[in-house]
Amino acid sequence: MIEPILETRGLDKNFGALNVARNINFALAPGARHAIIGPNGAGKTTLINLLTGVLKPSAGSVYLGTNDITKMAEHQRVKHGIARTFQINTLFMGLSVIDNLNLAISERMGNATGILRPAGNYSEVMEEAGRILSTLKLDNDALTEIHELPYGRQRLVEIAIALALDPKVLLLDEPAAGVPSAESHIILDAVDSLPKDIAVLIIEHDMDVVFRFAERITVLVRGAILAEGDPDEIAADKEVQAVYLGESAHV
Amino acid sequence: MSSFLIEITTVLVFGLAFSMLLFILSVGLSITMGLMGFANLAHGSFAMAGGYVTVSMVSKTGAPFAVALLVSFVIVALLSILFERVLYRHLYRRPELDQVLLTIGIVFASIATVTFIWGPDPQLILMPEYLSGSVDLGFNNFPRYHIFMIVAGAIIVAALFYGLERTNIGAQIRAAVDNRRMAESCGINTGRIFTWTFALGSGMAALGGGLGIQLLGGIKPVFALEYLVIFLIVIAVGGMGNIRGTFFAALILGIIDFAGKFYFPEGGAFIIFAVTIIVLLIRPHGLFGKA
Amino acid sequence: MTSSTGTPTGSLARSVQFLQRRHRFHWAEIIPWILAIAVFYLLPGYRLLATQILVMILFALSLDLIVGYAGIISLGHTAFFGTGAYITALMASNDIPDPILGLIAAAAGAAVLGLVSGWVLLRTTGLTLLVLTMAVTIMLQELANDFDEITGGFDGINFTNSEILGLIELDQLWYSSSYIYVLVVLFFGFLTIRTIVYAPFGRMLIGIRENTQRMSAIGTPVHQRQVSVYIISAAIAGIAGALWVQVQGNVTTEVYTFELSGEVLIMLILGGTGRLYGAFLGATVYKILESTTEQVLGTDEPYWQFAIGIVLILTVLFARRGLFGIFEDIVKKFKGASKGEVQ
Repeated sequence: MIEPILETRGLDKNFGALNVARNINFALAPGARHAIIGPNGAGKTTLINLLTGVLKPSAGSVYLGTNDITKMAEHQRVKHGIARTFQINTLFMGLSVIDNLNLAISERMGNATGILRPAGNYSEVMEEAGRILSTLKLDNDALTEIHELPYGRQRLVEIAIALALDPKVLLLDEPAAGVPSAESHIILDAVDSLPKDIAVLIIEHDMDVVFRFAERITVLVRGAILAEGDPDEIAADKEVQAVYLGESAHV
Repeated sequence: MSSFLIEITTVLVFGLAFSMLLFILSVGLSITMGLMGFANLAHGSFAMAGGYVTVSMVSKTGAPFAVALLVSFVIVALLSILFERVLYRHLYRRPELDQVLLTIGIVFASIATVTFIWGPDPQLILMPEYLSGSVDLGFNNFPRYHIFMIVAGAIIVAALFYGLERTNIGAQIRAAVDNRRMAESCGINTGRIFTWTFALGSGMAALGGGLGIQLLGGIKPVFALEYLVIFLIVIAVGGMGNIRGTFFAALILGIIDFAGKFYFPEGGAFIIFAVTIIVLLIRPHGLFGKA
Repeated sequence: MTSSTGTPTGSLARSVQFLQRRHRFHWAEIIPWILAIAVFYLLPGYRLLATQILVMILFALSLDLIVGYAGIISLGHTAFFGTGAYITALMASNDIPDPILGLIAAAAGAAVLGLVSGWVLLRTTGLTLLVLTMAVTIMLQELANDFDEITGGFDGINFTNSEILGLIELDQLWYSSSYIYVLVVLFFGFLTIRTIVYAPFGRMLIGIRENTQRMSAIGTPVHQRQVSVYIISAAIAGIAGALWVQVQGNVTTEVYTFELSGEVLIMLILGGTGRLYGAFLGATVYKILESTTEQVLGTDEPYWQFAIGIVLILTVLFARRGLFGIFEDIVKKFKGASKGEVQ
């Protein structure tokens, strides 16, 4: 197997007596299209929070390539190429779409602490924002404030901000959650067209999305990995069917 | 008798009396903030109102001190319901800054109002015979009022804890403070619980305002601002919404404050602030707060 | 939409153009300065009040950086104002009477206090932060009272400044050179803040205000940046404090009061936060109302305090964006009526 780009070894997390992550050994390959599925409360978002550094593990470690990043703060991990989206929109609601992106781009390009030149004069930031907005077809909404956008397009801005960080690893926490089905294709198209060199880890409830997108699937149950394999293996796994797939009408 | 024993007992009795007062004054604010997350900086105004009602009752109508305290409790509790319904209710979902500003507005307006009515000078009342003078305990003399304050405080604390731990309404309050959403899903009407708790807390503050007249050298308009900082410190150190924590914080800070002023007349006043800063740095959610 | 050459066209180009012009000066921005000069010539009898207003504008602007832009609530901004004031006064009364040196030292001293207190306090949020900012200010006030052999306590310290750059004397009688001096310092202070606000650093502060959690997730070391803006804000507040005492040649422990912290916050809220000119409008309206009330009704009764309390309550309930917000709404309505919706 190829060297993984993101890896966890023996990851544990407990809140008091509650184990939300149990001995998770997980590897994400470079350029992967990997999905994590599992019933509610399986610890999927917890795992993302452990990977991004929002939570500190009780035991075990997280590696980015060969570097141990277990003790690294969230903002430092971002600088090393880990970006995420949030399950519930976590945007700068009072700012325009392009201002949202520029915050991320300035931070990545290292000019966010500039105090002398006006922000509008950083043409490299503007060009990058324009490129991402065009890719995600958000250009007509560039000056619209987030709270004025329909929910589906807000979800798209979530992805746009993550892309603005030029990540090596992108963690998508239920990117289509809450989006009306009429709009969900916009999100799915965006996910499909993500650059191939980015390793993408997606958490998703919608099995159609998972099986359309993922090349590899990990099943999480009660904080532990139950199974891992390609979509066919997972679909055929008896145990998985028993605890998870059996619950929903899956095609 | 050794001077050391005299010193230590003096610090303990005076400090403890102040601690009890602090608890009675602050506990309502702690619950308001813990239960509703509402930053009610006007809490000191309710306490001040209690003090002035007590003063007026005693000096104008000649009512007994205890009766005046009871009446001020009821009046201020009712008054606070009015404020909650008319003003506070609109700000529960607004940012903390808005709550802070609105309630500071109330503080200013209330200070001005009491200055119009009673003037800027401290108002004192003549204490009944049984609360004046001092008692000789053999090894040291203590003012009767301070002993009364400690005993009255202990009774109030005991009643409050009994009410919260053993009664049905107390259980509902605790549930709502602990986890509001969970309590609501169990069918507890947290809105109504809050109104009553808020009234109770404000009434307690009024009681504190009345009890504090003698201890703090009279009630004066700046009370609402001067003691606000102290209340905030007590509940921040105790952990918001934590009644037990508020009690221990009041106990510790009251005694430390008095000891500081007793041993270092110059600069002792700032010891309590220094202690607060250190405690909150180590434990930002207070000594007994949830993370 | 993107054309084949990759240059943005259409709405995207217009959006980028908007951002490229956002920081440019609007003609209306000259109005406050014209007014300030007009007051000097037309209302010489009001120069003392006007000087105080100018200082308060600078103080409120410094507070706007942290409250309005970075979203850090502080009820203890007088800690920096007072520190700047005392540093200047102590220097002047100890044979370093140069006003400009006084300003620099005040800024430096307040900045150091901002670094130390900010580093420590800004690890907390919300109500704890509020309590701690208050506690620091009150502690400094206690210290100033206790060390009254240094600070002069309630009576304060009287001092005289030397000439500015060895040329211009600060007059404390007619407030002619003093007024101009304060106006010039305010102008440069304002320019500094305006530059910061429109630079990426200022945009980043707004991001922290809007969503701290997301800022961390885009790689911003939030605490470090909050401390940075706290230091800048402290330095400017220190300069305001220095100006305040330089023009009157006297400092008392009043510069550390919690009430002053509250007042400057009220001025800012009244004018409108996070919009630069809110501080101008708020400080001016507040001070004029205060002095009018005192002249008409007298200072014996606390009419003013009552009025400000009510104004504050009404502002929060009905005009949260402040006077400047109301002003913006009116302008928008006016423009909307004449030109149609601007987008």
